[in-house]
Amino acid sequence: MIVAEKKPVEEIIDYVKDFKKLLIAGCNECVTVCEAGGKKEVGILASALRMYFLNEGKKVEIDEVTLERQCDHEYLEEIRDRIDKYDAVLSLACGVGVQFMAEKYFSTPVFPGVNTCFLGAAEERGVWSERCQACGQCILGETAGICPISRCAKRLLNGPCGGSTKGKCEINKDLDCAWQLIIDRLKELNRLDDYEKIMPIKDWSTERAGGPRKVVREDVRL
Amino acid sequence: MRINYPGTIRIIRLPCTGKVDVIHILRAFEKGADGVYVVGCLEGECRFSNGNLRAKKRIEQAQQILDAIGIGGERAQMYNLSSADGPRFAEYAVEMTEKIKKLGPNPLKKAKEKMAA
Repeated sequence: MIVAEKKPVEEIIDYVKDFKKLLIAGCNECVTVCEAGGKKEVGILASALRMYFLNEGKKVEIDEVTLERQCDHEYLEEIRDRIDKYDAVLSLACGVGVQFMAEKYFSTPVFPGVNTCFLGAAEERGVWSERCQACGQCILGETAGICPISRCAKRLLNGPCGGSTKGKCEINKDLDCAWQLIIDRLKELNRLDDYEKIMPIKDWSTERAGGPRKVVREDVRL
Repeated sequence: MRINYPGTIRIIRLPCTGKVDVIHILRAFEKGADGVYVVGCLEGECRFSNGNLRAKKRIEQAQQILDAIGIGGERAQMYNLSSADGPRFAEYAVEMTEKIKKLGPNPLKKAKEKMAA
């Protein structure tokens, strides 16, 4: 999922302090699961902002909505009939949702309520870690299901490097060396021979470095 | 025991303090409460293993928010006691009442009056 973190209330207040009618829009997908921008967080933020504005002597109307997704037209359309009522929207969706909202409702200011962090997994409750960098050319089949692009600090394709010590990375002793993990799992799968194969230079053209990317699937287009 | 405690307190019963969420605390302030305190079991003695520890974290989150919006985080507090400890319950009620009296009423009350005027 896309992992996000709540922005500090102070920062959010700074964005919206001059508006009179606000819509706080949550998203029911990733940000709900990582407890940063779901219905619950929308309620908390709305309550906090209502109290802030009242305490400041400002009359501000705040409405709450949590859409199924903010990265799809059909769900964003649900607020089209009332979007003009608002001076601004505070979107608690990931960066994708915030942008899609801004694109769709061009004349309404949209502000982010979360910091979008990475594509990751919930290791345990309250702990999320990165698992994918969306490089567009998946090599997990060769690396025993462990991604050296997202989990090796150097993105090495033929690791580990000399900085791997006792299974940990040199940049942080709490960080597992991805290549140690790969070797351990290849061993477990009796595929250690695969480790001997030198991986060719990766095709990075599908990565972000080549500019913003797009997937067009003619087979599913209408 | 016939112990007295201030009549300033409105008790809201919960199955466990683990039921408390940040929004419950914020809503209480929104509705005009001058202070909110949560009384849970002693740490390490939660019947449901860690409900009181969850409540503690949620109170901390609420305190941060209350500080950020100018209400004051010190108006929310977590207490722990044994359910058999009536005298301490009364003690905490007195302590919290005194603390809130020192802090004065919820600033939102004044703000509401000003708005209405």
